[in-house]
Amino acid sequence: MNNALFESLLRLGDNTLVIGHRVSEWCGVAPVLEEDIALANMALDLIGQTQMWLGLAADVEGEGRSADDLAMLRDVWDFRNVLLVEQPNGDFGQTIMRQYLFDQFHLLQLQHLTQSTEDRIAAIAQKAVKEVTYHVDRSRDTVVALGDGTEESNRRMQAALTKLWPYIGEMFAADAIDLEMATAGVIPDPASLRADYDAATRVVFADAVLTPPAGDFAHGGGKTGFRHSEHLGHLLTQMQWLQRAYPGARW
Amino acid sequence: MTVSVAQVWQWLDEVPDPEIPVISVVDLGIVRDVKWDNETLELAVTPTYSGCPATRVIAMDIETALRDHGLSDIRIKTRISPPWTTDWLTESGRAKLEEYGIAPPSPAGGPEKCPQCGSGNLSKISQFGSTPCKAHWRCDDCLEPFDYFKCL
Ligand SMILES: [Zn+2]
Repeated sequence: MNNALFESLLRLGDNTLVIGHRVSEWCGVAPVLEEDIALANMALDLIGQTQMWLGLAADVEGEGRSADDLAMLRDVWDFRNVLLVEQPNGDFGQTIMRQYLFDQFHLLQLQHLTQSTEDRIAAIAQKAVKEVTYHVDRSRDTVVALGDGTEESNRRMQAALTKLWPYIGEMFAADAIDLEMATAGVIPDPASLRADYDAATRVVFADAVLTPPAGDFAHGGGKTGFRHSEHLGHLLTQMQWLQRAYPGARW
Repeated sequence: MTVSVAQVWQWLDEVPDPEIPVISVVDLGIVRDVKWDNETLELAVTPTYSGCPATRVIAMDIETALRDHGLSDIRIKTRISPPWTTDWLTESGRAKLEEYGIAPPSPAGGPEKCPQCGSGNLSKISQFGSTPCKAHWRCDDCLEPFDYFKCL
C-alpha cells in the first residue's frame, strides 16, 4: 500500500466528513427555514464527497474496509481532519465563519487537485469543485452580510473570526506526507495555497468590516492525528453511535 | 433474442426521476452509457450532486424497470468523470421542467423568467431549494415562489 496516498485521502475525506457532520447538526434548528435547507444541502454535498474520498482511501488500503468502515469504526486518533472543522458550531455566525474559512481553502485545494497526476483524485476533484464553488459563494456572501450588518451581528462575526483565527494555519502546514505527494504531483503543497487564500480572505474581511487578529499562532495536530481537540470525540460519539451499538447494522 | 440498445434507451426514458417525476432519468442526462457485455446489460450512471440522496433510488428504479421488461442480467456502474452538468439536460427535459413550475437552468446564473406568468421581474430567496440541484426564487409580479434548477 502507498501509505502517503492513503493518509492524504484520509485527510481529504475526514475534512469533508467532520465539517459535513457539524453542518448537519443544524438540521431542523437553524434560525430560518431557508438557512436550514441550505445548511442541510451543503452537508449532503460534503458527505457525498466523503463517500468518494474514503471509498478511494479504502481501495488504496486494500484491506477490505469500506468508506463506511473508515467513517464509523475509527477512533479519534485515527482521524486526519484539520482542527478547524471539528470546532463546535457555536452560534450561527460562528458556523458561517468556520464554513467560509474552510470553503475558501477547500476551493483552492480542489482547483489544484483537478490537475492531480492520480486520475481517480482528479475525477473526484472535478466533481467536488463545482459544488464547493457554490458553497464558497454562499458562505462568503453571508460573512459579508452579517459582518457588515447590525452592531450585534458584526460583534458576533468579529468574535467568531477571533476565535477561529488560530485554526487557519494548520490547513497550510505541510509535513513529510504532503511533500512526498506534492513532489509526485498528486496533491498541491498546502503551503503553496496560502498566498491566494490570504488575498481572497483579506478582501472579504474588509468588505465584512472585520479585523483579523494580530499574530499567526496556529494550533496543529489534527491532520497528523497527533492531538485532536476534545470536541472530535464528542462528535464521534454521536455520529458513530449506531454502528457502535449495533455493529454491522444496515438500512 | 437480444434487446437492442435503442430499445433499452426507450425504456429508460420512461423511468421518472424520483424527486422530479415529470422528467425521466434520460431527460436528466444521468444515463451516460448503455451497452451489452456478452449477456450482461451494462449501464453507466452519473450522480447529479455527490451527496444526492436520490442516486441510489435511481439505480434501483432503473433496475426494477428493466426487470419488468424481462431483462435480468444487469450491471449498473457509477461513473463520476466527466462530472454531470446541467448542459446534459435534454431539450424536452427543460420544457417539461418549466411546464411543471421549475425554471430550467440558465448560464446567466438565475432563471430567465417566472415559470408561472413569464415575468422577468424575479428575486432570489435562497441559494438552496428543496433538493441540492435547486435554488429558491420568487416572482415579483405574480408573487409565486418557485424552484430554479441550478446551473452546474
Ligand atoms: Zn410570475
